[in-house]
Amino acid sequence: MKKDNINENIQPEAVNSENAVVEENVVAAESNEGEAGTQVEYVYKEMSPLRAVARRFFRSKLSIVGLVMILFLILFSFLGPVIYDKWGEETVDRTKVVQNITSTRTYTDENGKEVEVYEVLEHESDANYYADPSKDHLLGTDDKGMDVFVRLMYGGRISLTIGFIVVILETIIGIILGGIAGYFGGWVDQIIMRIVDIFNCIPTLPILLIASALIDSWQVSADTRIYLLMAIITLFSWSGVARLVRGQILSLREQEYITATEVMGLPTWRKIFLHLIPNVMPQLIVSMTLGLGSVILYESTLSYLGLGVQLPKAAWGTMIATSNDPQVLSFHMNMWLPAGIMIVIAVLGFNFVGDGLRDAMDPKAKK
Amino acid sequence: MFKYVIKRIFISVIILLGVSLIIYTMVRLMPTDYVDTKYSQQLQNGSITQEDISRFKDLYGIGDNSFKGIVGGYFKWLGNMCKGDLGVSFKYEKPVADVISENMWISFAIAFIATILQFLIAIPLGITSATHQYSARDYITTVFTMIGISLPTYFFAAIVIKIFSVDLGWLPANGLIYASVDYANNFAGQMQKLGDILQHMILPIFVSVMLSIGGLMRYTRTNTLEVLNADYIRTARAKGLSEKTVIYKHAFRNTLIPLATLLAGILPSLFGGMMITEQVFGIDGIGRLAYQALKEGDVPFVMGYNMFLAILTVIGTLLSDIMYSIVDPRVKLGK
Repeated sequence: MKKDNINENIQPEAVNSENAVVEENVVAAESNEGEAGTQVEYVYKEMSPLRAVARRFFRSKLSIVGLVMILFLILFSFLGPVIYDKWGEETVDRTKVVQNITSTRTYTDENGKEVEVYEVLEHESDANYYADPSKDHLLGTDDKGMDVFVRLMYGGRISLTIGFIVVILETIIGIILGGIAGYFGGWVDQIIMRIVDIFNCIPTLPILLIASALIDSWQVSADTRIYLLMAIITLFSWSGVARLVRGQILSLREQEYITATEVMGLPTWRKIFLHLIPNVMPQLIVSMTLGLGSVILYESTLSYLGLGVQLPKAAWGTMIATSNDPQVLSFHMNMWLPAGIMIVIAVLGFNFVGDGLRDAMDPKAKK
Repeated sequence: MFKYVIKRIFISVIILLGVSLIIYTMVRLMPTDYVDTKYSQQLQNGSITQEDISRFKDLYGIGDNSFKGIVGGYFKWLGNMCKGDLGVSFKYEKPVADVISENMWISFAIAFIATILQFLIAIPLGITSATHQYSARDYITTVFTMIGISLPTYFFAAIVIKIFSVDLGWLPANGLIYASVDYANNFAGQMQKLGDILQHMILPIFVSVMLSIGGLMRYTRTNTLEVLNADYIRTARAKGLSEKTVIYKHAFRNTLIPLATLLAGILPSLFGGMMITEQVFGIDGIGRLAYQALKEGDVPFVMGYNMFLAILTVIGTLLSDIMYSIVDPRVKLGK
């Protein structure tokens, strides 16, 4: 215990000296050289904690890469459809396409000669299905004649929106329940933590599949379904946040500044939500960023299995699901490969940023 | 210690009760009704009447979908489970416990090999990238393993199938044996069958290893970095030990301590199968069976499978806590 105290006393100083910027302002101008020689003024500036974190964050190349990836995705999916509005999310390209299907047949005629016959079938389809990438369709069209590139952007909108909302909701639930459990302890803690344990033990993917199938039977509109999808992903993923908050608060509760709030006679909610929770924020922000990636993965997995976002709404998962058709898998890579790459960019970006934030916010960090 | 374990087991039972109640209610509310699906054809033919169907439903114990019916059904299921009877699977028409134990081993084989490979690859990678922190090596391993974490299973599986199976034609992409081959019922035939099975297992194992290396590698890296900052490592260096001894003898052993907590997650993933990987590669492991059962509303099997996973998770968590207190004597169990 004593050793801990010493450490705590030393640390802030160490952090301060390293984050302080001593700016040497050379005040003396060259013009009045002769007067008093060069006069150097030292200005000691304390870096705000936020700036210190930002500085450590941007020192890592990977976190910058991650940030760029996420910015690109946000611009691509939210601004993209506004700029590139040639096709809508659900518009089918109705241009009639005439395809010549050529097949060769070999006959042997009476004289024993082999004759090759080319049979040309003219086939007119009522829409531009399975188009290859071209100027009209940057990434071609899918099996329903909808533009893949545009659907990629709309799919990004849905994935990112679901990701952000779910993560914010689960953090709010986690903060409230974890905060109460950690602060009060005793039977309140016991009950809340047992509930957390129960949700922790439920296998996530099977239960999400069951829940989505349940939603399926309610016959709601595609938009409502997306909200319900967010609700169920939140319902089965808040337990981790609650556990994290509770663990942190258990240790923070013993610190002197909480005793001080006690002495000051602050109401309990103030102590929990204004004094304890802000100190859990760094860990929470990291877990939120990393959580975003996993929520996006869950959403796309559900969509892939046909239980998430429904057609004709665009989603990356459903776009990859087209690869279940062996023909599409081999000959129309433009239909599923870009969507997968987008998922990788999103999850990777959030992971990089989350890792960078974790390193930057770590109070033990020296570099 | 003993008291602690007893207390934990008691709590686990309560947790499992909660888990089973939630899952049972949701499964019963699911729209796909097994009986409806199974007899829809006969109903259309007229060879069966609606009354017959409702009688079948009562027989299966899923007839009454009111609140009372579900609660009653739950307690009946619970009572049977306490007697060790998980019920009979609708779809596979065998006791659930038998279906699980018969199909578990192929999933286990894949997961077991994958887990060993994962440890063999990820731990050395994590250590080198920690000892060479911020070097090119560190960045390259980090980026590659992180890409692994970020890849959705089904997408990576599609790419792997496209490259190795469709384009190159090296490896089969579906099932466990070639459907066209007749295996002789002698030693040579069995060996050929075993060889084919192994060949079919390469791609699923590759996919699951690639996707799971990242987490373990990051974990090892963080732990190693923490250990390398410890005082005893400085002492070891000050004694003049070679860097090799310092890292592989003094640091390495201590990086393994937090890895004990990983046991919690390994147990369910070893025995529980991988729903999506098995589905994509068409392997009849327990994960794929559960997915099919889930789609068809096979209540006993879905319940049995999910409870199996939940029990594994509970045991895994308990074991990892006990293991932690064994490998790190500073950790005291219980209050």
